[in-house]
Amino acid sequence: MIPAIVVFIYLATVLYIGIFAFRKASGGKKAEDYFLASRSLGPFVFLFSLFGTNMTAFAILGSSGHAFTNGIVTFGLMASSSALVIPLTIFFIGTRVWALGKKYGFMTPVQMFRDRWECGHIGTVIFVLQAVLLIPYIIIGIMGGGTTLNAISGGVIPFWFGGAIVALVVMGYVFFGGMRGTAWVNTFQTILFLLFGAIAIIVIGAGMGGFRSAAQAMLASPAFAPLLTRERISPLYFFSYTFIPLSAIAFPHILIFCLTAEKMKHFKKTVIFYPLCILAIWLPCVFLGVMANRVTDVPQIRAKQEARRVLATQGKAMAPEARDELREKAAGDDVILLLLQRYAPLWLAGLLGAGIMAAVMASDSQILALSTMFTEDFFAFYGGKRRFGEAVQVQTGRLFIVLITMVAYAVALRAPETIFELAIQYAFSGFAALSPLLVAALFWRGSTKWGALAVSLWTASAVIAVAIYQHAVPAPAPGPPIVSWSISGLDVLSRTPGGTAVFGFMPVVPMVIVSSLLMIVVSLMTSKPKQSTIQKYFPQG
Amino acid sequence: MSRTLLVVVVVLLYGLHQDFWFWRTAHPLVFGFVPIGLFYQGCYSVAAALLMWLLVKYAWPSHLEEDIDESTVKEDASA
Repeated sequence: MIPAIVVFIYLATVLYIGIFAFRKASGGKKAEDYFLASRSLGPFVFLFSLFGTNMTAFAILGSSGHAFTNGIVTFGLMASSSALVIPLTIFFIGTRVWALGKKYGFMTPVQMFRDRWECGHIGTVIFVLQAVLLIPYIIIGIMGGGTTLNAISGGVIPFWFGGAIVALVVMGYVFFGGMRGTAWVNTFQTILFLLFGAIAIIVIGAGMGGFRSAAQAMLASPAFAPLLTRERISPLYFFSYTFIPLSAIAFPHILIFCLTAEKMKHFKKTVIFYPLCILAIWLPCVFLGVMANRVTDVPQIRAKQEARRVLATQGKAMAPEARDELREKAAGDDVILLLLQRYAPLWLAGLLGAGIMAAVMASDSQILALSTMFTEDFFAFYGGKRRFGEAVQVQTGRLFIVLITMVAYAVALRAPETIFELAIQYAFSGFAALSPLLVAALFWRGSTKWGALAVSLWTASAVIAVAIYQHAVPAPAPGPPIVSWSISGLDVLSRTPGGTAVFGFMPVVPMVIVSSLLMIVVSLMTSKPKQSTIQKYFPQG
Repeated sequence: MSRTLLVVVVVLLYGLHQDFWFWRTAHPLVFGFVPIGLFYQGCYSVAAALLMWLLVKYAWPSHLEEDIDESTVKEDASA
């Protein structure tokens, strides 16, 4: 229970930071102060809070769990591609959105879209789509919280109770502290989980008797040697993953965070250090996840490996439900926690557990972003602010935070998917497909609201289609995919063990390409906004 | 450094992510325990940081800051 006590001290600390931020705020009645910290974040807090807000439960739990099952490919799939694409999008898009926000007072992406394309209800469509896609991301945080507290307490704290505690703490400091509280907590959390990676690898490495012998032993084992290469992953699948980080800048919480910087020069350090922060947190987690396969004296890890083995050898003959159950058993989301329990001294396991909680609780900014979007894009847009005033708007935002957290918690208790799959399949692919909206709004004079509507409807349809398809065709056992549609020997649509493949690519690739084409074609066919509006966004043109 | 060259460097780095040459091998194990594929992707992240430094140094959109400064001066004057 000592690690759990340390984690509770940590939770109390972040709650206090949120409440302290509440006291520093200007009475909490100004919307810009509550939702954007008065656009006043300095370079240090801006870098760490922006990075922290993009790191979710799977940065530590999911990455090590995915690496436990799939090997070193996890780092190339999710970390190094993000190390390039995310800073690039912040550099090109984040800075422009910051400048427009500063100049015209935008607080959400939808406000900018409405102004840029002279639209009202199309903005509402985008708001609804963003909100629906963001909720799974919030659920991940609560699920991660439940998993972590359950594992750290040795099973004493049940999943439902751990999730509830995390939900309450996050709700508490977001409710009181708004953006300022969230940014400060994120900064504190980022420092913690950056330290986590370094300490965890030293402690676990020493506990395992060094990694050299473990790596050699894995290479000698036919079952584990492929985990040190990428031979089980197709190059097309690997390439597909470079499209996923496009989602980062399209996530409303990231874009809203871009509006909080006091000066544009604060972006400079952020984009340079972002890839290094990714390296510092992901490399140790992925490596430890792979090496966990060599741990023979932790019964839970053995049970996962056994489930994986049965799935690979007998999975084809099993009913889909039995396969899903086995998949759950084989999932490695708690593998790094098990390593800490086995190799770290109790007090250190607590501190490292707090580091994990820090990553898990990144759902704070998503909750705040949803609240900002609801109050600005819906409440204020449809006259609420004008009728009831700004103070009521902020209180509405706070009430929304309570409601959305409760809904996310209820879903988290029932969601059957692993943390990683849930995030990738719905939220990430959907937001990546929405990224052409930003590119078109900021870089193309000819883009129109009808193009934006087409992109939004296509994204919604594609996400729903993938969900229906994956529900209708159960995931096969590890091995060749189930081909649902092929033309002249070319596999068009396949159900893979991990999801869906379209021409061998993940669905995110055709989703982004079709989104881009729709924006171009529909915009060319429809009328443009007024010249004066275009001039606002392209003054030199 | 010219913009064209920077674009080429960005595209090149994007392409280098697909390191098919280390796809099926773990050798050499760097430091005796890091598979080469993982080491390469780690170095790739460092290269991404260097690229961002180049972009900040040679392609920083300073006109955006100037726009803000100008509009702030105009607002102050009208106030």
